[in-house]
Amino acid sequence: MTATEPLILGIESSCDETGVGVVRGTQLLTNTVSSSMDEHVRFGGVIPEIASRAHLEAFVPTLQAALAEADVSLEDVDAIAVTAGPGLSGALMVGVAAAKALAVATGKPLFAINHLVAHVGVGLIGRAPADGLPPALGALLVSGGHTEILRVVDIAGDVELLGSTIDDAAGEAYDKTARILGLGYPGGPAIDRVAADGDPKAIRFPRGLSQPKYMGTAEEPGPHRYDWSFSGLKTAVARSVEQYEAAGREVPVADIAASFQEAVVDVVTSKAVLACQEHGITDLLLGGGVAANRRLRELAQERCAAAGITLTVPPISLCTDNGAMVAALGAQLVRSGRSPSGIAFGTNPSLPVTSVVLPEV
Amino acid sequence: MLLLALDTSAAATVALLQDDVVVGRFASADTRSHAEVLAPAVRRILADAGVAGTDLDAIIAGVGPGPFTGLRAGLMTARTLGFAWGVRLHGVMSLDALAFDAVTRGATEPASEFLVGTDARRGEIYWAAYRAPAEGAVLPELLDGPHVGPAAGLPSGRPVVGRSASLYPEDLAGVPGFTTSDPDAASLGRVAHARLLAGRALLDTSPLYLRESDAQVPGPRKRATA
Ligand SMILES: [Zn+2]
Repeated sequence: MTATEPLILGIESSCDETGVGVVRGTQLLTNTVSSSMDEHVRFGGVIPEIASRAHLEAFVPTLQAALAEADVSLEDVDAIAVTAGPGLSGALMVGVAAAKALAVATGKPLFAINHLVAHVGVGLIGRAPADGLPPALGALLVSGGHTEILRVVDIAGDVELLGSTIDDAAGEAYDKTARILGLGYPGGPAIDRVAADGDPKAIRFPRGLSQPKYMGTAEEPGPHRYDWSFSGLKTAVARSVEQYEAAGREVPVADIAASFQEAVVDVVTSKAVLACQEHGITDLLLGGGVAANRRLRELAQERCAAAGITLTVPPISLCTDNGAMVAALGAQLVRSGRSPSGIAFGTNPSLPVTSVVLPEV
Repeated sequence: MLLLALDTSAAATVALLQDDVVVGRFASADTRSHAEVLAPAVRRILADAGVAGTDLDAIIAGVGPGPFTGLRAGLMTARTLGFAWGVRLHGVMSLDALAFDAVTRGATEPASEFLVGTDARRGEIYWAAYRAPAEGAVLPELLDGPHVGPAAGLPSGRPVVGRSASLYPEDLAGVPGFTTSDPDAASLGRVAHARLLAGRALLDTSPLYLRESDAQVPGPRKRATA
């Protein structure tokens, strides 16, 4: 294999997307995704067992389509990468079983990688291989499964979690709020659409963990300076709806949606920018499905610009969970000479970001 | 005929068979580490036998019924190996392997009826009813099933093969020597081989979950905080 331009097959199954991607170094050859999202609509959220069943049915057809689109064969591949965590346990298991079987069948090395760090790997796609990632890079990941701010010193081995949600993910808060407002699933696009006609200042909803006792100061940070909490926000929305209903008044759905969205986006971007400023981060990458949100992109852009931070928002197909990001991280691991993970590792639903690739067991 | 068989409906088991002779096998009693142990077992068995995956005539997968996560690990492994090697893939109902064991080891009377039951957890078992073949034949006939349900709900008066017999001894009349048995890939492979020789059809590799996912469709909202 050529060390700088390895051909990597990436496999993703940590939530409801079955993803197979192929990259050559930093060049994207295919990003093939099969989603079970439609099967979760009637439940208003991702049902792990349904997602796992869908992964089993989708994997081989997705792999076939990916190989065809990339116009490569399994023999051409230099290494395989798979998401080993964090994510839904049963869902992760399907992709890992498939990846291990491919490693056995082809004799190729297998890298068991961290899903969150893979979201950052997207930032490399399309860049010149020699350029690498910006030196002072942060990543803001916002999706139905996670909400994190990361500091990336070296994507192949030195990543730090600066802050994360302590309860619901931001995307989950959108889903639950959309359900309260009767807007359907997934909540992100539904609320974003309705919010366009509402007044974001109509109701002041709480910004979780932003009181001084949680924030502290830059010198003496509080216990949750860069963390988020969205469960109180969801409850506040529910109370607000109830008050209108109890008073026999029409629920101002657009105003509530806009005010909810403003609360989420405000606290997400303000804490992310604060974390960047206090850690010398000058480039911020936005990842996760909520990166598609119009207001999040707008406010993140505005606040990053004001703070002198360069914001990068990848194409949405690369922000949502996919196999190309897994392959892109795999390519960096090969490039930097990291050892593969073997085929005896287990999945880890709560894999910390400090573990970019699992060691061989 | 060179067959690789996998069954993960209970334990994780793998076997390599030349016709009906087992030339390599692996079994793990741990029912919760299928995704960890399966691939290394396949690699080792083939290497020990000096066989390449592309030499195989078919891959045989136990399609359950069994606990979902472990069952899927085996089916995903089998399907992916079959695709990557370009080898034919067949499914066999996992309880058939236990029924075959009971018949070939002389635990059943010719033409008698018996039950096979395995652990479905949550106080239930996976089970099916069989008729043993006439003297000299090896393939039992599936009469009914597979089903999932409490042991107390099984048809009475028939001996039971499989782990369920030791889990629910008050409800089930276990066949001695078979009360802690689980489906095994070696037997699964023999069942497949016998069926292929007899020109009988095998299954595809669709999993027999028998239970819906636990998901509940949320009811209509009554109060916003509900
Ligand atoms: Zn993700």
